[in-house]
Amino acid sequence: MSTTAILYAVGVLGGLGILFGVLLSVADKFFAVPVDERITLVREAVAGANCGVCGYPGCDAFSEAVVRGEAPVNGCTPGGSKSAAALAQIMGVNSVSVEEPVVARLLCQGGDGIAKDRFVYQGISSCAQAMSLSSGPKMCPSACVGLGDCGRACKFDAISYVNGLCVIDPNKCTACGACVKACPNHLIKLLPRAATVTVRCSNTQPGKLVNKACDHGCIGCKLCEKACEHDAIHVNDSLAVIDTDKCIRCEACVAACPKKCITLSA
Amino acid sequence: MRLADIGVFLFFINAAFSNNMIFSRFLGNCPYLGVSNKLETATGMGVAVVFVMGIASLFCYLSYAYILVPLGLQYLDTITFILIIAALVQLVEMFMKKSLPALYSALGIYLPLITTNCAVLGVALINMRSGYNLIESVLSGVFGAVGFLMAIVLMAGIRERLESSDIPKAFKGFPISLIIAGFMSVAFLGFAGLVK
Repeated sequence: MSTTAILYAVGVLGGLGILFGVLLSVADKFFAVPVDERITLVREAVAGANCGVCGYPGCDAFSEAVVRGEAPVNGCTPGGSKSAAALAQIMGVNSVSVEEPVVARLLCQGGDGIAKDRFVYQGISSCAQAMSLSSGPKMCPSACVGLGDCGRACKFDAISYVNGLCVIDPNKCTACGACVKACPNHLIKLLPRAATVTVRCSNTQPGKLVNKACDHGCIGCKLCEKACEHDAIHVNDSLAVIDTDKCIRCEACVAACPKKCITLSA
Repeated sequence: MRLADIGVFLFFINAAFSNNMIFSRFLGNCPYLGVSNKLETATGMGVAVVFVMGIASLFCYLSYAYILVPLGLQYLDTITFILIIAALVQLVEMFMKKSLPALYSALGIYLPLITTNCAVLGVALINMRSGYNLIESVLSGVFGAVGFLMAIVLMAGIRERLESSDIPKAFKGFPISLIIAGFMSVAFLGFAGLVK
């Protein structure tokens, strides 16, 4: 191997690369097809995550559909009210009000040491895989196993893991719903952003079992029901559920809960 | 397996059946399983592959014979072919968008996928390894792609029927498709040794 061989190799590949680059950029001008400039504008105004929540295969297809008038201007959920307003302006229609903003919330607090382990899971790092082994490594069948299925589904880097529990950053969450689908235990729900008081437990087993399985599980004691003056919280199936329309965030139930499973989120 | 020895027909049988891209070389399995849900899209993908593989074989041969061989750089064939195929697919896409909008809307979404189709690169490399000349390279590319088209269309036809068949739950979807792909591969083993 001599120096000339190296130079030839670099020269040929570099030369071909430059040649193709120039050729393609010339061809791009030569074969340019006029596109509706609104498509470009719309494409820039949407969230651009190619998440597919709008029902179109990617942001490009959605943008074209908006310009053709087939898709609604508020169709981009991750873009929220900001992109809806921008799209309405581009398309010259009155801004359609966006639905109440929602955010993904994890309804479980059973991290390491809080929800008790039944066995030590040492398989591949996947919640779905872990749950398929006789309903999961934890005593609670609806506990977060923290093996990252939701985090891998999230395209916005909004999910991290602390103490074996997934933590959703509400500032980064765009409510695209990918994690809701990914969680094998259905522990993540899209709830109104304003509803900051949540029952962070999804276990519907009787209180006695929950008490054994988890330090922060809802045992269905109904103390919250009694504490609530606004008829906003009810225990069904041994699990407290908050009616977000009636709840005024007085936090009486948060104080009343003996298991500390009703919490205030950001 | 030179063209002069066996004639065009046997050359076709060899490239499309005996050494089928999917069933005996196991190249291009990604589009084969990924785009074979519907007959219509499978045909689109297959035709696009025929188109690209023919052109890619031509340009890869030219670059190999007139640039790499004279300079003694044959070992750069893989990376050069990748470069050529990627640029070529882009160029073809632009050209079609401008001149053949109807064909573009039919094939459009499959063309970028072909950029990373290993069958296209594979056939170019196999051509060079076999010492094919220009005509043999192009024919081998086109015939190989016809074999791919046939495989993907057959698979799509079967999968469309699988949709409405009573299959045990554990085998629904991909598992049964993979089993069928295996059966088809075994069936195509029958063509092996047909061309001597």
